[in-house]
Amino acid sequence: MAAVLLTATTCSLAGSCQSPSAFTGQAAINTVNATRQSAEDQKILHLLNRMTFGATPEDIALVKNIGIDEYIRQQLDPRSIPQNQDLNQMVADLPVISGDPMNLMMTYSRQVLMEKAKSDGAQDKEAIQKQIGKTYQGLHQQMLMAKLRRNIESPRQLEEVMTDFWYNHFNVAANKGAMDRFLCGSFEQQAIRPYALGNFRDLLEATAHHPAMLFYLDNWQNTAPNSAGSRGKLKGINENYARELMELHTLGVDGGYTQHDVVALAHILTGLGFAPPKAVALGRVQPGVFGSYFDRNRHDFGDKVLLGRTIKGNGESEIEQALDMLAMHPSTAHHISYQLAQYFVSDNPPEALVNRLSQTYLHTGGNIKAVMNELLHSPEFWDSKNVAVKYKSPYRYAVSVVRTSGAQITDYKKLAGFVASLGQPIYGCLTPDGYKNTQEAWLNPDGLLKRIAFAANVARGGLGQVPDNELNRVEASVAPLLGKKTTTALASAREPQKAGLMLGSPEFMTY
Amino acid sequence: MDRREFLKAGLFSLGMFIPGTQGWAYSNGKQNGGHKLVVVFLRGAIDGLNVVAPYGDERYYQIRQSIAIPRPGSEGSLLDLDGYFGLNPALQPLLPLWQNKQLAFVHASGSPDETRSHFDAQDYMESGVPGVKSISTGWLNRLLTQLPDNQSPIRAINVGPTLPRILEGPATVGMASGALNGNARPINLPENSPLMQMYGNRSDALGAAFRNGVDAQNQIAGDLNNGDSAGGGDDRMMRASKGAPSPVAFPNFGAKIAKLTHDPSVQVAFVALGGWDTHINQGASKGQLANKLTGLGKGLAEMVKAMGSDFENTTILVMSEFGRTAKENGNGGTDHGHGNVMWVLGGAVNGGKVYGRFSSLADRDLHESRDLPVTTDFRTVLSSVISEHLELSSKSLAQVFPEFTARERLALLT
Repeated sequence: MAAVLLTATTCSLAGSCQSPSAFTGQAAINTVNATRQSAEDQKILHLLNRMTFGATPEDIALVKNIGIDEYIRQQLDPRSIPQNQDLNQMVADLPVISGDPMNLMMTYSRQVLMEKAKSDGAQDKEAIQKQIGKTYQGLHQQMLMAKLRRNIESPRQLEEVMTDFWYNHFNVAANKGAMDRFLCGSFEQQAIRPYALGNFRDLLEATAHHPAMLFYLDNWQNTAPNSAGSRGKLKGINENYARELMELHTLGVDGGYTQHDVVALAHILTGLGFAPPKAVALGRVQPGVFGSYFDRNRHDFGDKVLLGRTIKGNGESEIEQALDMLAMHPSTAHHISYQLAQYFVSDNPPEALVNRLSQTYLHTGGNIKAVMNELLHSPEFWDSKNVAVKYKSPYRYAVSVVRTSGAQITDYKKLAGFVASLGQPIYGCLTPDGYKNTQEAWLNPDGLLKRIAFAANVARGGLGQVPDNELNRVEASVAPLLGKKTTTALASAREPQKAGLMLGSPEFMTY
Repeated sequence: MDRREFLKAGLFSLGMFIPGTQGWAYSNGKQNGGHKLVVVFLRGAIDGLNVVAPYGDERYYQIRQSIAIPRPGSEGSLLDLDGYFGLNPALQPLLPLWQNKQLAFVHASGSPDETRSHFDAQDYMESGVPGVKSISTGWLNRLLTQLPDNQSPIRAINVGPTLPRILEGPATVGMASGALNGNARPINLPENSPLMQMYGNRSDALGAAFRNGVDAQNQIAGDLNNGDSAGGGDDRMMRASKGAPSPVAFPNFGAKIAKLTHDPSVQVAFVALGGWDTHINQGASKGQLANKLTGLGKGLAEMVKAMGSDFENTTILVMSEFGRTAKENGNGGTDHGHGNVMWVLGGAVNGGKVYGRFSSLADRDLHESRDLPVTTDFRTVLSSVISEHLELSSKSLAQVFPEFTARERLALLT
């Protein structure tokens, strides 16, 4: 890879270069130093582009200052990094993200909103629907803005990236129905984010009990046939969550389970749902964590055989036993390790790496931080053949353009709209498998041209003001990665176009 | 080997998997017939037993107490097809096609692979090689390599923001997504523009995507801008861009496809529609499934109408990854099953008939005592259509569906 454009700007930003020597005798030494410098720059950019949503000059300066190992250590321990106070305030001000899900259900369920619309004077069905739709739209926009702002601005970038990764792993779609329209922000904030670099078993526990998931994959309706609480719509087995829990969340589709196991797990999960808001309001039901509720009257108390092991029928603890088994199953270790390696290393991750990560996963009892530590220090992560081989997803691309350019976004709706138009609406993946993370999934002619147009638009301030030093910023974060064709093309471009062209260059499409 | 070489080699190895060189391909297919194939994929596993319902089987009503559709003759009842099967009343707009014998169904069809995973099953149906995960090309793309190469950037049209597995492969695919609606502006880049310099000569996948994109946008934008705007506005397409949009969210899909496929250089087109995973509250004559089917039926009827005389040379296939359980579940819905019904529409279709071997819904006739079995491999249906409609030799057919030999041929086309 050529590195021609950079030195002047990166050095001034990093503040660590010497001014060019006037003595010709120094020239050879300077060349050697410059080459070493550019190799180091590329290494730092590789690290930052994988660990963050896009390198910024500030990040580059930080890594130069504290070193790669220390940067990894800090990012793996997000609480050691002071949080941006504006972001903390934003989250605190948005109950749809930080509020108790039970309260959200009691405030925003369709029925409650319908009654509210009526008492507000909405006359007909249409007016009621319109008011409800408006409320949900507003909440949705808040969630999108909060996610974009944190992904763009948070200094705890790895936490953001991992939160995004796990949300996608345990995907819940905002458009499944009324419940998920106001619950997916809380799902991310409360069931995913605290455990994004924690223990997988905790993540599993939290996602299994959050109403967003219980609604999305229908388990709230999963009922033992002929049980005491079986009635109306709640009168039989629903396999949906049980199947995806094994296929997508834990073992993986080839993880060695059968249809019998799906049925057994569905029976184990009977009765797990959320507390009915009305019953809670009347004090009849005491909700559990996140407003979940285990209805013993709808549970199948028979013994079950899951993955060859008998689970005695005794109620809620069956679910804990099943989640324990699934979390520590070698197939789960492999499935999770493969996905992490595919996300952070390459579309076809090296098997040796995946196996080592699986071992670490099993030895540490599913410690995600330990697995990530191993991954980020692995020779495979740093191997030059795995550098710049990942094609950015539309979301990653959009956020990286904003971070690198320094654009101050004013219209988050527009930014989210761009990402949606490329097929990756935020909180909008309809299917539980989440979005793919490969070049194969995202590289297509139409999408590529749209990205190029988007880059030019952002660079000239189309989504919000860009800083005066935009071109310097972009050069610092992109130039060391540019190949000869791009560098030549840029040389002939007009100055005001350059930042947009760099952000739309083939090199900026990958990371 | 550096990355670019690797990517190039990757493309070449796909080419090797499909030995059909261009010269070889010219010996197949209708050169000037303008015959087209449109594939509509229903993602999420549509409940085929409520699309073409076996009302002649008493058991249908026993095991689907809350979701069965009443026998023909009363309000909201099935539309009789042949005295045994009835069409979901939401598909009323398609009934004239059935009566004109331009619509056929193949019941108890699907993939022989037994997975009940949506994602694996869709992958297999799109790759055309069930059970083999290592194949990254799709059968619709491999089909293109066997048809005469008219050098157009839009031999294949995909309606949607991302390239689906079925169209992955060496042949170029034009994408008609959000930016490509009626208001699209073609991109004209002079040779010496910086973007052309950056991307124009790159030998990797990004370079190829860029060049295809520029060519296809110019042509598609031209096609859509001709005549009245059936393409729909930005807002509609934005909503439609969510993965596979439901036909309710994308009501003009039919008109859009008709418009795009009118270009003589288009040989195949693909659209995926979602929202069929009805685990709960599926409904019967009315409800969730009926609402989506209304949109689908209307869209398909519009497609046929808007195609006009093009319909004579077009075959439209409607398929889904697997069927749903024969019995309804405890929540007024159905869970993941196995066999399903495939739909075949076209000017030359031998329609007005339900093909396939359908025994009964008795437990002993069901797959694992719960699902409709697969008695006709989906590739048998596809091969029968392709070989007739696009005049493909059996040698070419073997490239489209490797590892498959059809044991029978359905006389789906006249």
